[in-house]
Formats: sequence, C-alpha cells, structure tokens
Amino acid sequence: MSEALAAVETAGTDISVPAASGAHRFWRRLRTQRAALVAAAVVALLVLAALAAPLLTALEGQDPTTYHPTLIDSARGGVPIGSFGGASADHWLGVEPQTGRDMFARLVYGARVSLGVSLGATLVQVVLGVAMGVAAGLGNRWIDLILSRITDIFISMPLMIMALALLAIVPDSFPRPVLVALIISLVSGWSTTAKMVRAQTLALRNLDYVSASRLSGWSTSRTAVRELLPGLAAPVITYAALLIPQNISAEAALSFLGVGVKPPTPSWGQMLTSADVWYQAAPQYLLLPALALFVTVFAMTVLGDGVRVALDPRAASRLRIGTGRKRESRAEKAAQAPNAAAAKAAQVPDAAVVKKEGRA
Amino acid sequence: MNGFAGFVLRRIAGAVITLFVLSVIIYVVFYVTPGNVAQITCGPRCSPVQVHQVAQQLQLDDPLYVRYWHFLQGLFAGQDFSTGTSVEHCPAPCLGQSYQTGRQVTDIILTKLPVSFSLVLGAMVIWLVLGVGTGVLSAWRRGRLSERVLTAITLAGVATPVFVIGLVLMIVVCGELQLLPFPQYVNFTDDPEQWAWSLLLPWLSLALIEAANFARLTRASMLETLAEDHIRTFRAYGVGERAVIARHALRGATASVIALNAVTFGSAVGGAVLTETLFGLPGIGQELVHAVKVVDLPVVVGMVLVIGFFVVLANAVADVLYAVADRRVVLA
Repeated sequence: MSEALAAVETAGTDISVPAASGAHRFWRRLRTQRAALVAAAVVALLVLAALAAPLLTALEGQDPTTYHPTLIDSARGGVPIGSFGGASADHWLGVEPQTGRDMFARLVYGARVSLGVSLGATLVQVVLGVAMGVAAGLGNRWIDLILSRITDIFISMPLMIMALALLAIVPDSFPRPVLVALIISLVSGWSTTAKMVRAQTLALRNLDYVSASRLSGWSTSRTAVRELLPGLAAPVITYAALLIPQNISAEAALSFLGVGVKPPTPSWGQMLTSADVWYQAAPQYLLLPALALFVTVFAMTVLGDGVRVALDPRAASRLRIGTGRKRESRAEKAAQAPNAAAAKAAQVPDAAVVKKEGRA
Repeated sequence: MNGFAGFVLRRIAGAVITLFVLSVIIYVVFYVTPGNVAQITCGPRCSPVQVHQVAQQLQLDDPLYVRYWHFLQGLFAGQDFSTGTSVEHCPAPCLGQSYQTGRQVTDIILTKLPVSFSLVLGAMVIWLVLGVGTGVLSAWRRGRLSERVLTAITLAGVATPVFVIGLVLMIVVCGELQLLPFPQYVNFTDDPEQWAWSLLLPWLSLALIEAANFARLTRASMLETLAEDHIRTFRAYGVGERAVIARHALRGATASVIALNAVTFGSAVGGAVLTETLFGLPGIGQELVHAVKVVDLPVVVGMVLVIGFFVVLANAVADVLYAVADRRVVLA
C-alpha cells in the first residue's frame, strides 16, 4: 500500500467508508498511543482479577464473607489487630474493622461487582440507544418526532435522583447488582446514545450504498442491520467506551449512599461508606477501595479517550497525550479538505460535553 | 429578533411539556407499584390504622387519572388533609405530607434548599475560576510540558468520584493537619464567617470535580477556535499571542462554558447528594437519601419533582443563554 493511500484510509474522514471495518487498523491506531496502551493493560489486569476472583481468594485461602472475630480488637471498637490493618500471610491486605472480613477477598470480589454492573449497564444503554436512534433516524416524521421527544425528556431528567428514588421502591428480593445495573442504564446513558445515533443515521441514510440497498427492495430492518449498523460501529464503540467509567462511578456512588449493592455483597463504593470513621486505626480500609476505584475509572477513561482518538482522526490532532501525533498529522494532511464537512457532521461529541451525572 | 423570541418561546414550551411528562412518569412509577400501595407509601413502620388512613387519603378506588388530577390540584390550588382528628390545610404548591414525620413536604424542601444553594453557588465560583483558568492556560501552553501536566491532572479530576476527593480532603485537612475542625454546618444568618468555614471543604470537593470538566471543555473549544481562519488572519495582521488567546479564542469558548455552567448548576442543586451526605450538610440531597432509606414516598416524590424542576429549568436556561452567545443556534 502506498503511503498516501494508507493515509487516506486511516484518516477515515469519509463517512461512506465504515471506519471500524478493520479491527487491525483500529489496533494500529490505538497502538501509537502510549497512555492508552498502559490503560488497556491495567484494564485487562482488572478484568482478569475480577474473572479469577474465586481462584485468587482460594490461593489466599479466604473468602469475602466469613467473619473473623478473633482478628479484631473488640475492646477498641473492632479495630483490626496488628499493623497495616492486620495484614499477614493469611490476610494479604488485612481485615475489615468490626467484622474481620478479609480485605483482599472483598476487593477482588468488589471488582466483579464494579465491572459487571458497569459493563452490563453499558450493554443495555448501547442496545437501547442504538435501537431508538436508528428507529428515529429511519422512521417517518411522526416516529422520529415521538422518539426524539422521549429521548429529550430522558436527557433532561435528574438521573441520579431518579435512580436513587427508584431503588427505594423495588423490594430487596430482586438480585441487587442486576437491579442496580438495570436502573443505571434505564435512567442514564441510553438517551444521549440515541441522540447521537439518530444524527449519525440521518447522515448515513442518504448515502449511495444505503439508497442502493433500499432501491433493490430490501426491507427497512434488513437495510438497518446490513448497511447502517457497520457505519454506526465507530461512534457507538467510542460512546460505549466513555459510558463505562461513568457507570462505574454511578454504581460506586449509589452503593456509597447505601442504596446500591447491599452487604454482604462487597462493593468498593459501599466499603467507603464507613471508612472515614476508621481511617486512623485502619487507613487501608479507606485507601484500598478508594485507590481501586480511582485506578479503574482513570484507566477506563484514558482507554476511552484512546479509543475515541483511534476511531476519530480529527481528535488525534487536537488531543496530544501520547497520541503519536506526527504520524497522525501527516495522515490528516493527506486526507484533508474535500470531506471536512461530512467529517464534521459525523464527528462524535467531545468527551467533555458528554452529559454526565451522578458524579457530583 | 422575531426568530430569537420564537426560539425562546419554543424552548419554554418544551420545558413545560418535559416537566408535565416528568411529573406523570414519576407519579405513575411511584404510585402504581405492584403490591399494597398504601403500605409502601406509608412506609414499613406504619400501623394498620395509619395504612388504612393513607389508603383513604390516596383514594385508591379512583381510577389513576383522577388521582393524578387531585395531585395536580394540590400542586396548583392547595389541598386539605384529614389527619384523623383534625383537617390540615396544605397551601398552593402542595406536594403532600410526610407519613413519617407528619410535616408538609413543601416545608421540608424550603428548609433544605438554602443549604443546597449555599453549597452549589459557592462551589460554582470556584469551579468557574479554576476550570476556565486551567482550560485557558492549557490552550495557551499547548504542546508544552505544562499543558501535558495540566491535561493529566484534569483527566484525573474527571476520573475521581467526588466522595473520594471529599474523604481525602476531610481526612488530610481536618484529621491529619488539623487546619480546620470537621465540618459542622452553620446557617448563614447565624454566623456568616462560620458558615463559610463550614462550607469550605464541601465547596472545594464539589468544585474540583466540576472544574475538570470546565477545563476540558474550555480547552477543547479554544483549540477549535484557534484553528479557524479568522484567527490566522489576526495573527497575520500581527496581533500578539496573548491578545489572540484572551480576546478572540476565549470568546469562542464563552457560549459552551455558559451552557455547561447552567446545566451543571441545575443538576448540582439536587445532584450534590454525595457531597452533602459525606459532609453531613442538611441539604436536599441528604434529605432525599434519608427519605429513600426509610421509604417516605411523599417526600421522595416531592423532592424528585422539585429537583427535576431545577434540572429542566437549567437546561432551558442553558439553551437560551447559548443562543444569546451564539446566534447561529437559532437558525438551526
């Protein structure tokens, strides 16, 4: 492949060429970003730890729910005995104050809740958002009007508050993590996704290859699945990557407030609820979940930014954190001008203005 | 100007419709839950007698739209409640009555609102100064080391949950360094100085998180403006870099910063739940969390509606302000 041709292709500013058609091309663009690579490694480790939680705790010989009354000093209100919160060969990261439950086991099982809830919620948000967006974009005037109005209403709702209130009325018998994921995804995320997908669909529907499929008698649903979805992949993946860290924060926030995941299921947010009382006697009880939360959300955010840059070449020249911008700017120069307007229409909203709620 | 007035009117109409739909959704979701509605509404601690009273008050035999109509009537014209022995009047914006404490929801909200406003208004000043300042600085120093450091810091700010920052601030400042006592909210009217001291840490934690968003937005839109042709023309005419940044690039970012600020303010009034809970500030958020935990449904519904009102209002104001700052929006 000649240099110029490769540059035009990688730039992908022409929306008639589905930008995510080549996974290896995406990988090549992600690979040039050092920060995103490190973040990807961290995320991979976290996912691995979450998946292997039973294995890891078996290795330590503990589980997240057993109380160890002998390891806490009941005379001092339940402070763990020993230095570093009672860390030992048996309890690698010490034990919880008051209950004596193993910290390491609770942390890795907490990763399961955190990642599981956020990924599940993201999946629901994306499916719902794409369905609504494509339906609004392809449907007639009335369908579009009604669906867009519903979406707008959901965008302007106090989502965190709705989630909080909804969690109050659902009985406790419902599996809590599933419920939290469902409520987070129903009240937030999908509406902004739908709005973006609708705009993208409107841009794509008049392109020649989509018209061709309609003219050759394909049904609307077949056109949507076979012709539109591949073109939507890049912006939707970008959006999903930004939603994941938001969902992690939302779960942690709800659990911190005591209405999310309930004990004995461990959750990082929930562990922080009473951590301020114990920070002097058992600082690791505060630091470990806080650190876990920070590292996870930070890594996910950086990775999300990296994915965005890898899929949206316009962002590459603006974002300058280890983006390998020399190669990018060369590519951009080669691909410039004729498609600038189309690229602007297809541009994914900037991470900063993606509506986020619940972190306040 | 006609176009602009029309735009504002359309936006207000949209906000009213959104509020109406929101109230219907909230009403239906909370009062058509499966199970014994009266029991759920009254809360788990109610006696059978109370549950019976509540069932009568809610007029559960009536069809749903009639009940919703009564609710609307209460909202706009006031309502009378029979508390068994006496009849209590609930004046115009009547959101009902807490079955746990017997207080009227409107009263509860009115006592809590000033606290939430104190928190959000103070934090807003800090997040604007800090956020826009950082954004301008990193757009000005683009490509240098200082910009990379700032970008990394703001990214960390975006990624940190507010309760983590708040916890760390509280423990370091109040616990380890003992620079301040642990926050204990004091009313502004009682002692303005103590009020400010008690709110300093909550302001900072809320503002630090939001400032990161403002910094990212400011930087992004300034860089976009800097890439435009008219800026190149200014430079060609010999306008200095400082003037380009301060006078022209910043102007390009104003519209989006104003819009983001209105949205953030609106969602923060109710959304500062975490900050209020962490620092024990008796604001709307803390009251809501409490009401949720004891399942005090009238209070929950009232609060969600009031907070929803602020969010919808703020979104409408944001759109109008954005249109004032950037007239191209009206044409779209």
